[in-house]
Amino acid sequence: MRLSYTKALNRALTDALAEDPAVCVFGEDIGAGMAGPTLNLLDRFGPGRIVDTPLSEQAFTSMAIGAALTGRRPVIEFQIPSLLFLVFEQLVNQAHKFSLMTGGQANVPLTCLVPGSGSRDGWAGQHSDHPYSLFAHAGMKTVVPATPTDAYGLLRSAIADPDPVVVFAPAGALPVRETVTWELSPIPLGSARIHREGADVTVVAVGHLVHDALAVAEELAPEVSVEVFDPRTLYPFDWTALAASLERTGRLVVVDDSNRSCGIGGEIVATAAEELRLIAPPRRITRPDGAVLPFAPALDRALQPNRDQLRDAVRAVMKHRPTSSREDRGR
Amino acid sequence: MTGLPGSADLGSPAGRYRMLRLIRGFEELALGLVKSGEITGGIHPYIGQEAVAVGVCAALRPQDRITSTHRGHGHVLAKGADPSRLLAELLGRTGGLNRGRGGSMHAADFSLGILGANGMVGAGGAIAVGAAWSARQAGEDRVAVAFFGDGALNQGVLLESFNLAAMWRLPVLFVCENNGYATTLPAATAVAGSATGRAAAFGIPAVEVDGMDAEAVRAAAAEAVARSAAGGGPGFLECRTYRFEGHHTMERLMKLRYRTPEEVADWRGLDPLPRAAALLPPGLAERLDASVAQQLAAARQFALDSELPSVEGALDHLYADGLRPRAGSGA
Repeated sequence: MRLSYTKALNRALTDALAEDPAVCVFGEDIGAGMAGPTLNLLDRFGPGRIVDTPLSEQAFTSMAIGAALTGRRPVIEFQIPSLLFLVFEQLVNQAHKFSLMTGGQANVPLTCLVPGSGSRDGWAGQHSDHPYSLFAHAGMKTVVPATPTDAYGLLRSAIADPDPVVVFAPAGALPVRETVTWELSPIPLGSARIHREGADVTVVAVGHLVHDALAVAEELAPEVSVEVFDPRTLYPFDWTALAASLERTGRLVVVDDSNRSCGIGGEIVATAAEELRLIAPPRRITRPDGAVLPFAPALDRALQPNRDQLRDAVRAVMKHRPTSSREDRGR
Repeated sequence: MTGLPGSADLGSPAGRYRMLRLIRGFEELALGLVKSGEITGGIHPYIGQEAVAVGVCAALRPQDRITSTHRGHGHVLAKGADPSRLLAELLGRTGGLNRGRGGSMHAADFSLGILGANGMVGAGGAIAVGAAWSARQAGEDRVAVAFFGDGALNQGVLLESFNLAAMWRLPVLFVCENNGYATTLPAATAVAGSATGRAAAFGIPAVEVDGMDAEAVRAAAAEAVARSAAGGGPGFLECRTYRFEGHHTMERLMKLRYRTPEEVADWRGLDPLPRAAALLPPGLAERLDASVAQQLAAARQFALDSELPSVEGALDHLYADGLRPRAGSGA
């Protein structure tokens, strides 16, 4: 079976809705299935469960929280990643906090799905953000699948999870198709995936950048053995798997479509520096600090992590030879 | 004390008077514990506004749900919460409604349909709309009530929630407690048009009622609840009321001058308790007062005897699935 990323999301929603009558979907233009993942859901499940909402993101997000607090299992589709800024209050200050603040009386099984996060090529400043690090920072379960199979499996687990989960489907991964010969099934949150084993460098790649990392790994294969590590879930992060990978390689490059300051790449590098095995200083490839993606295509691309930067970073960490402590002191 | 109504029995004028007295006495007790330093962080006292909570909750059925505000003790008690456990919550004890994790501004009892006081002005409105939607989805006959103040009338998300409730004819009752001030800002200088006019603009039947008269509030709420439960869509009550104390206990130290002593005295003349007592046979109010005093003495004892939470469990209940976050020390 040939499976596209968007079709995988559509299958995951369809299967979740069919299995559990508490599952329902809120969002804008979802009846028409404009973004893709909700295509045909209205016909099959009806307007009682597939709720086309007015353009009131804060109210329908709060409403989904109210529904989640009282036995429903809502999914919200957000058309634009920047809409998450508009509902940060609802997600972080309400949904995320209810369980602790009520002493465990309540939980909020809410899934937020963002099909087309990050740059979509030419959508300019207010439609091109990739704010997954903000949610990981806040402690919300945060998922960024790279492949159709993972998109299906992680969305199913997100919907089944008792806590709120934000699922980013990067625009850069939406064109990915897979020939699937296996049964699609839920994939547990918090488990990383090694896409390619390697001995010299671990490249941690987030979301669509997994595919760039695989291309660079292939290209550099004659000179360096690159392990491509896809965290899949950014929070909770699979530190155990990363520790095992760095035990093998001892070198780390992170490629992350966040702005540089306080992005998830910084957390991965910091944790590796504090707790994990490194034999060379780690590197990260990110958007610049405070990036606002400009409209002009060349400018939009220039601010996103790219393969050239990744290639250079891999070569740079390979060039580094552990120096003796005497040389270190001499500097 | 045989023959007296129980703590949460609001079915008679005597029961409603008793609840008015319970809320008043509870707040006075809490004020004392704030003053003595046993309650940290202070409270937003409900004194003066008791008739709103009692009148509205007297019109509700056990299965109905409420969302409350930062000034929420009255709502929580009138919906039936145990004053001992509410007081223990204010004191941050494990015997509190929220195991000491929520405090005054987040007190909740989901077993009674109390979906929480809320620290963000206007946030409960759309959560109640979600609870109403959820009940309809589940085929359950439940009305949801959102309490909020005049300050919330300027929160966009609340106005959005009016629209959703009206468009979808949801069983919600919006209760605006207009106490004349958003903290220190007079409603007259903050709310263009009128509260009822705003609801009416969405096609929601809106009624202004004397919020110092529990019987009048009950009658208006009963009508709206019956209409909502019968599929007539949302209702709106503007209860004109007044808080006799400051916005927050901190205000006692600050000697703010935004209300004249004459204005406060005028409203104290409308105190809902004597008005409710006047409806009772001679001597009954005094017997009810004694019963409440006894109950509150027991509540005080229970709360102060309740254990303080252990520090090891500071992040208990953060995730419903028991996920343990990394410690700040990296361990």
